[in-house]
Amino acid sequence: MIENGGNPKARPRAPDLQIYRPTMTMTMSIAHRMTGAALYMGTLLFVWWLMAISGGSSSYALQQRFMNSIPGRAILLFFTWSILHHALGGVRHLIWDLGLAHDDPWREYLARATIFGSVAGTILLWVAASLIKEI
Amino acid sequence: MKSYLPLNWGLPAASRIAPGKVWPVARPGARVRTFQIYRYDPEAGAGPRLDTYYVDRDDCGPMVLDALIKIKNEIDPTLTFRRSCREGVCGSCAMSIDGRNWLACTQAIDDISGAIRIFPLNHLSVIKDLVVDLNHLFAQHRLIEPWLESRTPEPKRERLQSPIDRAKLEGYYECILCFCCSGGCPSYWWNSERYLGPAVLLQAYRWLIDSRDEATGERLDKLEDPFRLYRCHTIMNCTKTCPKGLQPAKAIALTKNMLVERQH
Repeated sequence: MIENGGNPKARPRAPDLQIYRPTMTMTMSIAHRMTGAALYMGTLLFVWWLMAISGGSSSYALQQRFMNSIPGRAILLFFTWSILHHALGGVRHLIWDLGLAHDDPWREYLARATIFGSVAGTILLWVAASLIKEI
Repeated sequence: MKSYLPLNWGLPAASRIAPGKVWPVARPGARVRTFQIYRYDPEAGAGPRLDTYYVDRDDCGPMVLDALIKIKNEIDPTLTFRRSCREGVCGSCAMSIDGRNWLACTQAIDDISGAIRIFPLNHLSVIKDLVVDLNHLFAQHRLIEPWLESRTPEPKRERLQSPIDRAKLEGYYECILCFCCSGGCPSYWWNSERYLGPAVLLQAYRWLIDSRDEATGERLDKLEDPFRLYRCHTIMNCTKTCPKGLQPAKAIALTKNMLVERQH
């Protein structure tokens, strides 16, 4: 039997992600992982915010100065998108775990809905937040 | 977009793919298709390489397997691959074609634009060229006991199944064990030691829902494991790369449902 011939340890491993043509569902799965990891970082920001509140006016002012800076805003924007994307990813997994929408093209629609939904939701939230601020 | 990463990104030294031989065009002026094919000779003492072949499209059958056979017959007899039925039934010629896994015998050449890149099934150990080691996959298949388990006494005639119960197997019994799906599953790439992978889990589900099988509980016990079953993260590559149009991801989801249901 050929399977038992040669030295199995010396054999090369066939390439995987290096040659796999990207698919929407795989991309959304990677994005789900990445946003999940980003949420840990974003939560640290929240902890800082809470600590700043309890720390008094000067520590709060420092935290607010960071949050109003361009990097602070960028992080908050990315965090907003990460929460929405991860949450919608969870809904997508719930639907698939029920055994629904596994057929083409529904599985593709669902994957696309995750990205469109999270981007649209982020824009909506930020516009709404800026409107509230003006009031 | 052909892939996320450069060809040799992160590959261990023994798996790195070197530029290979460019074989000449047999008949100058012919309408040729370019095939870039992964080559590895265990006896050469060198690592894998990517050879380039030019196949006369006007003198070749319509499928990728036809081109491979033509290359082997007329250009390079050392090219090694598995094939048998040439009609999508035996599952031997599963390989990575143009960035997804498919049977070479049912993949039309004309459905692919540009150079056609062919590799062995992803992440598996390569024995020679496009021939991969399937021992581990077959061992995992053995683990789920892919046969009818009965506890009741042997009936005088065959075990009967109603047409309604038989219909439940549709979409799950047709698997030909080509392992396109397991080869295309990132979870399987990185956890194949403990995760059973889509092909084996689809087979497991086929026996779970067979009305004649009497070992459903034991089968579920065997699958209820953080790795064996739950390493599936619904990436969906399996379903999209199944050349028989089956849905391993759905079989896995429904297996998880069976595990939840039996808790109540």
